[in-house]
Amino acid sequence: MARVNPEFAGAVKESKAFNASACMNCGVCSAVCHMGIELLPRKLFRYVLLGIEEKVLANVETIYSCLLCKMCEVNCPASVHIAENVRFLRHYINKKVYQL
Amino acid sequence: MPLPTGDTIGILADNLTLRQSVLPIPAKSATRWAAGLELPRGSKTVLYTGLMYQMIPYIAAMNKAQEDIEDSFLVNFIGLGRRINKLINVSSIMARPSKTMQQAYNQILVNIARLLQQAGVQFGYLYEEELYSGALIYDLGMDHVLKEHAQRVYATFKKYGVKKIITVDPHTTNMLRSVYPTLINGYDLTVQSYMEVLVERNIRPRSDLNTAVVMHDSCVYARYENVLNEQRTLLARAGVTVKEPANAGKFTMCCGGPAESLFPKKARDQAQKRVEQIKKVALNAVTMCPICYVNLQKAAGGAVQLEDISSYLVRAYC
Repeated sequence: MARVNPEFAGAVKESKAFNASACMNCGVCSAVCHMGIELLPRKLFRYVLLGIEEKVLANVETIYSCLLCKMCEVNCPASVHIAENVRFLRHYINKKVYQL
Repeated sequence: MPLPTGDTIGILADNLTLRQSVLPIPAKSATRWAAGLELPRGSKTVLYTGLMYQMIPYIAAMNKAQEDIEDSFLVNFIGLGRRINKLINVSSIMARPSKTMQQAYNQILVNIARLLQQAGVQFGYLYEEELYSGALIYDLGMDHVLKEHAQRVYATFKKYGVKKIITVDPHTTNMLRSVYPTLINGYDLTVQSYMEVLVERNIRPRSDLNTAVVMHDSCVYARYENVLNEQRTLLARAGVTVKEPANAGKFTMCCGGPAESLFPKKARDQAQKRVEQIKKVALNAVTMCPICYVNLQKAAGGAVQLEDISSYLVRAYC
């Protein structure tokens, strides 16, 4: 049973950087990822947009494994700023989890 | 067990705050490449290395240590290492660079300076006042730390009345051209990669290299900064036939370097995939990013002859 964290959803909404709502969940990003990161970005962005913080935090290694190479981004038909969104999540985790 | 993400990022961020670089290197080591070139200190136009090429031999030594630590009991001590690092620069103890590697990377900077001189560009250098751009800290999402650092970098440019910056690598180009304007109000500097400057200046070759080479594009140049044609134009003029691997140009494959600070093994696996693509085309290739260069070279293990693009260019144009 996934729990929604309104505080997390609020933090995401406040960010001008996070534009995942344009994602159509088509899966091109996962198909072209050379690192074979299946989670990024489509599933992850769903978790974020729904405010399911626990699912996001359960995937910290994946979030930091992304190369930010933008291969997914140049192939994204919805022009989602995937690399910037991943960076936003890192920023959030750095503060929330690692207290950096 | 992988390296602890929070403590590793913490060490890198602490280094940037306390020592102005993610991996602090001695000023002498950073500026040695310029000895004998008699570049003026500062100028309206400066060649900005961002310390990237100079840092690679230290990064290589550090990654060797990290690979040994990854999956060993020593990962449990990285938290302690972070606390000690706030008082003593731990990386200076862990990272002992090879002299040969330092000379090779310094030579790349000399090549770039000579190419610019050959193209008639007047430029200065900031010597020991030149700072790291903060690229890795930005990638890791430490925006609050980066913002403060970016102000320091910008203040140095202002101190010397710099108007135009010529960069030597994709990461510094991206930071100074695309990221800093989002962090600094009134940012007013023009930033170009040296390859863009050479094409703009219409530099002409003095000899024909009459050879062929595989091009490995940097993701950051290709997809962040749209630097795609310059490298091909310069090589073609020099009589070099550019061969393209699978995933070329805008769709280039990442060398894996960005994962190296946290996941050395993942970085190496990624580099290996790219080397396999290159090998299918030919056994000699060019890179234009110090991170791509070191990662692919390590993964190739001598099976592919890799060179920085400046080595080809200097042979043709100088």
